[in-house]
Amino acid sequence: MHDISHYLSTDHAHCDTLFAAAENAVARDDWRTATTQFQAFDIATRLHFTREESILFPAFEARTGMSHGPTVVMRGEHAEIREILQGMAEALLGKDADSYLGLAETLLMLLRQHNLKEEQILYPLADQALADSSGELVRDMKSLAG
Amino acid sequence: MADSGLSYDQGPPFGAPLRLFLTAPLFPLLAACLGLVMPDWQTTRWTGVSLAMTHLITLGYLGMVMLGALLQMLPVVLGSPVPAARLVGWCGWLGLGLGAPGLALGFLLGEPLWLVAGTLLLALGLVPFSIAIAVSLIKTRAPRVAWPIRLATLALLITLALGSVLAGALSGLWPVQALADLTALHAAWGLLGWVLILVIGVAYQVVPMLQITPDYPAWVTRWLTWLMLAGLLLYSAPSSTDWLPNNDLPGALPLCASCVVFAVVTLRLQARRRRRIADVSLDFWRLGMVSLILAALLFAVLHGLPAAWMAAAEISLGILFLLGFAASVVQGMLYKIVPFLAWFHLKTQTGARLGAIPNMKQMLPEPLVRQHFRLHLAMLILLLAAPILPAPLGQVSASAGLLLLAGGAMRLELNLRHAKTLFLRHGGRLGQAAENK
Repeated sequence: MHDISHYLSTDHAHCDTLFAAAENAVARDDWRTATTQFQAFDIATRLHFTREESILFPAFEARTGMSHGPTVVMRGEHAEIREILQGMAEALLGKDADSYLGLAETLLMLLRQHNLKEEQILYPLADQALADSSGELVRDMKSLAG
Repeated sequence: MADSGLSYDQGPPFGAPLRLFLTAPLFPLLAACLGLVMPDWQTTRWTGVSLAMTHLITLGYLGMVMLGALLQMLPVVLGSPVPAARLVGWCGWLGLGLGAPGLALGFLLGEPLWLVAGTLLLALGLVPFSIAIAVSLIKTRAPRVAWPIRLATLALLITLALGSVLAGALSGLWPVQALADLTALHAAWGLLGWVLILVIGVAYQVVPMLQITPDYPAWVTRWLTWLMLAGLLLYSAPSSTDWLPNNDLPGALPLCASCVVFAVVTLRLQARRRRRIADVSLDFWRLGMVSLILAALLFAVLHGLPAAWMAAAEISLGILFLLGFAASVVQGMLYKIVPFLAWFHLKTQTGARLGAIPNMKQMLPEPLVRQHFRLHLAMLILLLAAPILPAPLGQVSASAGLLLLAGGAMRLELNLRHAKTLFLRHGGRLGQAAENK
């Protein structure tokens, strides 16, 4: 019943772990680890957004008819978060710890509130609306990792 | 979809919570000045000046910040907007801003007119606020998140009702027996019901969020606030039972246990955080949790203390809970909320490139926040040490503690204004709601 919630919330937690590892490395001036960890975080976060935008949201919109609803808000926030990811990548390239940490703080606040809204409201709605096809949707989202 | 509740657009303009946040530090400043001029606040919690200082801190400071934070946070964590948030924010600002000093003046002068006027103004601020957030709390699609905040709001209304009865009694409007018992209930519902249950409900969301810690265990989120409600109800039960010598005990025990459980679980979660970078906000939270544990332990042994220590211990309990626990947590939250909102509103209002506007840490630089933490910690140590130290030293310690309380309040005010100035300088508008460009 909670396949979608479970799968995507676990994915959030995975991204959080990578985020923290990169930030910790920047804070101790370990730029090599920071770069590896940030790249992993960047890829995982963008992949998560793609899973939602190309699989979950279209299915949700088609089933509920809510094409101007919460998915639009979530897409807008994804765009904001992608912009900050870009800024963090640039700070990393320039080894600018202050800029990286300042953006990381900003990103974390945006990302965690965004995740909270998805986990509390959107995913449960999706679990409900897409109960009959959730197994298939999760399989499709997983296959994107490919 | 207008009522999806997922968008920040439904939060109030930055100016609404900021007005409350910027006014709040004036009240600890005022309380500190009062305490410096009238040192008999140290004799018992019942002097006019003690009661005035207490209400300046609870209503003026904590009340204003909590109200502002709730107006801002509820749409995000509950996915349901607070109706008329701007208007409710204004009412709350005026009601608390005039009511708290009015009430304080009533206590200081022993003047019925001011007590009644202060209480009426407070009700004028808090009732519309409670109704508005009740709507949001009822309509939410995230009931798990909403329950602790629902309980806290109920406790706020009970506190206000008990406070009104007490103010009426002190003003001679109606007779009340057992004034002291009723005061204990008023304090319990206000501090443990409203302040602590609200902090717990908020902590369930923000502690894992800010530090990337594991979630609170399910047994805590499921039972703790209900245990507290049961404790409060037992504590409020008529006090004429024969079967227990100290009949506060059945209620006091679950309440003390809840405080300790919450604080210990929070500290343990924070110790397991994935984010290991230095963070003053985290330090404020940890100081708050340690103070809460100490407050609960002191509360538990209060009745066993020698009579000569009782008055001083009660004042230390108030300092531990209000300044050590509640103010620390509130400050830890403010230092996340304000720079985030300044950045977020600026970004969405101006549509500026990322590099063209200050990031969160530039909005409120860490060294400024760290200064406030140091002032706050030193203030606590001095105020708590004062009653233990021998006479002249104790007096010096208390006065120095109050000076630091004033200094901390001013540092907080300047820190928040730093973010406001940067926000305005980069073209932000306080009255405009965030709108994605």
